[in-house]
Amino acid sequence: MIELRGVTKAWPGGAGVQALDLSVPEGECCALIGPSGCGKTTTLRLVNRLVEPDAGSIRIGGADALKQDPVHLRRGIGYVIQEGGLFPHRRIGANVATVPALLGWNAARTRARVEEVLTLVGLDPARYRDRWPHQLSGGERQRVGVARALAADPPVLLLDEPFGAVDPLRRAQLQAEVLSLLKHLRKTVLLVTHDVQEAVRLGDSVALMRGGRLVQHAAPAEMLAHPADGFVAEFLGADRALTRLGLFRIRDVPRDAATVAGEALPEATTLRDALSAMLERGVRAVPVTEGGALTLEAVLRSR
Amino acid sequence: MIGWLRANPDAFLDALLQHLALSVSGLLIGVALALPAALLLARRPVLAEWASAGAGVLRTLPSLAVLAALLPLLGVGFTPSVVALALLALPPVLLHALVGLRGAEPAAVEAARGMGFTPLQSLLRVELPLALPQVFAGLRTAAVQVVSGASLATFIGGGGLGDLVTQGMALLDIPQVQVGGIAIALLALATEGGFGWLQRRWERA
Ligand SMILES: Nc1ncnc2c1ncn2[C@@H]1O[C@H](COP(=O)(O)OP(=O)(O)OP(=O)(O)O)[C@@H](O)[C@H]1O
Ligand SMILES: [Mg+2]
Repeated sequence: MIELRGVTKAWPGGAGVQALDLSVPEGECCALIGPSGCGKTTTLRLVNRLVEPDAGSIRIGGADALKQDPVHLRRGIGYVIQEGGLFPHRRIGANVATVPALLGWNAARTRARVEEVLTLVGLDPARYRDRWPHQLSGGERQRVGVARALAADPPVLLLDEPFGAVDPLRRAQLQAEVLSLLKHLRKTVLLVTHDVQEAVRLGDSVALMRGGRLVQHAAPAEMLAHPADGFVAEFLGADRALTRLGLFRIRDVPRDAATVAGEALPEATTLRDALSAMLERGVRAVPVTEGGALTLEAVLRSR
Repeated sequence: MIGWLRANPDAFLDALLQHLALSVSGLLIGVALALPAALLLARRPVLAEWASAGAGVLRTLPSLAVLAALLPLLGVGFTPSVVALALLALPPVLLHALVGLRGAEPAAVEAARGMGFTPLQSLLRVELPLALPQVFAGLRTAAVQVVSGASLATFIGGGGLGDLVTQGMALLDIPQVQVGGIAIALLALATEGGFGWLQRRWERA
């Protein structure tokens, strides 16, 4: 559980974070979005106290983060910085082993864990462990950054655009894998992203910031259906209704018993893809592999 | 010249060894002072600014002037010469190390802090390793200056190859002067070349 109450940090220049109230329940992922410079990175750095707030309280897992030793606090929080931040003078294996080394794990345990987390982010340990960071592509380096944050199995993770440089296909796959993993391990995650699609797909909730303030914090479907104001609506995009349909699957809505012609769609298909299929075929209903049919009316009623 | 070398092999060898002893001691002491100073100053921008300015001044002072200035303070002989050489070695190492430490990749330093390195751990395990190329460049400059500077030690009785030159002048023994001069020049060139070679080898590794 991460809980920010009235957190304020003013930079000499003016911008920063103002009276921020944000809580992420245990085991959930909150996606933080907003225009460049709105204070997303600052918010993450407040949580692990790389930045000290001018006012407000920060609780992590029920304990007052501002009363703890910052070094100790940070060793229990996985952190992926926006620029990657791998140590150029250390091999990939040593980079990933950073926090286990700080915590004094023995060599065997560390080695096993390094292999485990590298595999987790889709990098073959045998191929990558002994390479140097400069020998990796940008996307590979980002994945190493995520592996490094996961290495000591921290309950809380702060991810600042962790997959920005990964290609879209690999990215979606990686998001899905990492997300199911985080869910499974019940990690509490604060994830910064520039990408609305990524935010609604990965976040149990989405927090939208603007100029250092929290504008709206809601479940993805809720925010897409009811943007708090014009700014939120614009930020979510003119296609936000379609984005929202992407959050639901055929199995989530009532089906029609009628038999319909055409190629059947599996019930795990998103309503967005199903609607796209209807548009493509010029029909008002499509058959579902598991039986019955999905009608345009059912899609419309889902909103 | 060759004749002089043949006739006085021991005198030459003594002067050479003394020269090396002066240079190595001066360099080691200079580095031993400059590196910790750089580490201490790395996180104190204002002090680091002042130290850089001071080192800059020290660097522009001619070596002979430093020797002369130290004479009344430290007297004559080997030790004052080493002190003067250490002062000569200090500025380049300090300046280069500061530049290197302060230029260490900010993202790596931020990540180190964010993952729970103590400031000292970050300095020794991240910033210093990242600054090593700069530190080495400073070492190379310092070594060449010290080897050249050691030839002036003769003026305060510190010995070294400079003795061959001053004694030769006094005796009007031109071959001896030549041997001293050429040996000093070759030693400086060898130092520059040797450190350069080490640097290239190490960068490739
Ligand atoms: N250390 C600092 N000192 C002064 N100002 C800062 C500092 N860090 C950030 N700022 C300012 O605070 C504002 C918010 O920065 P922040 O890095 O949190 O933005 P962001 O939302 O992460 O943006 P982006 O999406 O571009 O990464 C910016 O205007 C930035 O210039
Ligand atoms: Mg940012």
